[in-house]
Amino acid sequence: MDILDNLLLGFSVAMTPIHLWYALVGVMLGTMIGVLPGVGPVATIAMLLPITFNLKPEAALIMLAGIYYGSQYGGSTTAILVNLPGETASVVTCLDGYQMARQGRAGPALAVAALGSFFAGCVATVVIAVAAPPLAEVALKFGPSEYFSLMVLGLVAATVLAHGSLIKAIAMVLLGLLLGLIGTDVNSGVLRFTFGIPELSDGIGFVVVAMGMFGLAEIIANLELKGAREVFTGKVKNLFPTREDFRRAWPAVLRGTALGSFLGILPGGGSILSAFGSYTVEKKLSKYPEQFGKGAIEGVAGPESANNAGAQTSFIPMLTLGIPGNAVMALMIGALMIQGIAPGPQVMTEKPELFWGLIASMWVGNAMLVVLNLPLIGMWIKLLTVPYRYLYPAILVFMAVGVFSLSNNPWDLVVMAVFGLLGYVCTKLECEPAPMILGFILGPLMEENLRRAMLLSRGDPTVFITKPISAGFIVASLILLVIVALPALRKKRQEVFVEET
Amino acid sequence: MRITSPRNVWAGLMFLAFGLFFAIWAVANYQMGTAVRMGPAYFPTVLGGLLAFLGLVVLSMSVTVKGPRVDTFHFRPLLLILAANVAYGYAMKPLGLVLATALLVFISAFGGHEFKWKEVTLLYVFLIVFSWVVFVWGLTLPFPMWPEALGY
Repeated sequence: MDILDNLLLGFSVAMTPIHLWYALVGVMLGTMIGVLPGVGPVATIAMLLPITFNLKPEAALIMLAGIYYGSQYGGSTTAILVNLPGETASVVTCLDGYQMARQGRAGPALAVAALGSFFAGCVATVVIAVAAPPLAEVALKFGPSEYFSLMVLGLVAATVLAHGSLIKAIAMVLLGLLLGLIGTDVNSGVLRFTFGIPELSDGIGFVVVAMGMFGLAEIIANLELKGAREVFTGKVKNLFPTREDFRRAWPAVLRGTALGSFLGILPGGGSILSAFGSYTVEKKLSKYPEQFGKGAIEGVAGPESANNAGAQTSFIPMLTLGIPGNAVMALMIGALMIQGIAPGPQVMTEKPELFWGLIASMWVGNAMLVVLNLPLIGMWIKLLTVPYRYLYPAILVFMAVGVFSLSNNPWDLVVMAVFGLLGYVCTKLECEPAPMILGFILGPLMEENLRRAMLLSRGDPTVFITKPISAGFIVASLILLVIVALPALRKKRQEVFVEET
Repeated sequence: MRITSPRNVWAGLMFLAFGLFFAIWAVANYQMGTAVRMGPAYFPTVLGGLLAFLGLVVLSMSVTVKGPRVDTFHFRPLLLILAANVAYGYAMKPLGLVLATALLVFISAFGGHEFKWKEVTLLYVFLIVFSWVVFVWGLTLPFPMWPEALGY
């Protein structure tokens, strides 16, 4: 069995003491920062990315992946205890998790979320191991036109998932693509949009953009809110779910895992869509739909499993195609590039230790989360009671150190401030930053592939629809757009996202 | 015509301005090339044009769609947080980590709702010790600790 051999190789990498250590550090840091309300996985990873610059690629990716699911885990803890989503995907967990906490059942809610996530993580690891190799094989045959169309699909999917106006989301993608073009044009060597500023000739670092748009803008927005937070600190005593809880939760976990594993693979998919999807499914199938929103355990178990499964399988397009499905994966790609590895299908064949080591480490990291975090919940709750006025200067110090260490140049902090301003303005105007970041990362890649495709086809633009795979991606993008633009479904989409605002 | 969704006015204008800027700048300064051999101006011009067009669409939505008002801008946290970061960047090389962190922590703390000297000072001391242990000592980031002028 190839898969077994590969997984064994992966575990031999992931189980070395040094990698176990980095997985542990990543998971702990991720949970710690993810617990803080208003700091989601993207900001967390962006903030901690510079720490990984000095590490070897395997260690760096293992740690970043640990930060990712650690922060998701932390996000659900916050959702259950404070009714504030630590990240977008745990918005759904707020609905029933917080209600459970109010009924004094925070313990079972946290335990079910953790165990469900662990189960989903195990399944998703297997899904990646099975699905990634054949996909990478297909991807090796991709030419520039296929890549271009795939990126179009990814961007369209990202806009569909953004809440609020579809047109604004597309505009944000375009803005991101344009900002991504700043710097030296690879084909002609011309400096584009650099305005004579030497620092711009290498382009704008996406870490800086992500920290500004997500980190700074979030802090500023949080400082506007004065509301006191209600934290259920004393009430987390009985951690273990009852037999009845288990009976009701496990089918939800199974369904959530299946749904999440599938939705995560789609470009632009990932944890958010999975969580919302699972909640809807559970509510439809439940014998007690009236309990949803009032503390139904299925409403925690299903979405939590789904979002973890989706978060992990969203690594598939990143690892096999080199295409980021969401903003977190965009950061991962950035991390790979900083390590000198061009993401794409060749990573699996050229760097099998990295590829399979990362996959195995996902399982290891999930196991660590369950083992460590259930006992540590008391500590995370303490962290939640720290007032925001102590937290945000600390977060700022982290971000400033991270950004400054990129190139020891004050310029990066100026750029971060500029994007903090842009991010703040965008949230005020209901324009979501996530699609912009995705466009920003893909900008140069898209241009490169577009140019090559057009050169190969001698300027014939129909190449994108005459090649079957490419045509498939374009058709899928169009279908997605039409679905979202249809009024009936648009209403549904608003309903789904309305809880977030 | 009555403006029913003010957010779309500003969002539309923002997209229009960005789009026009990138497209015009590209056309004016870089070579367009042909569809077969695209020059550096080709892709940005197309994207900028599209963005400007979408900006107009969003702008038109400001009279056709109903929407909430633009929330008030809170300039105090906005300006102070941004300024704190810029100050940190420019203070690092001449003044060192200890003073740069002081600027960052104190300026940003002024952006919050309440500012108590004692609290912020304690927080600062904690953060500077933390920065030293984790970043300078642990991760060996090459930050100067003290002002250059002191000769360290």
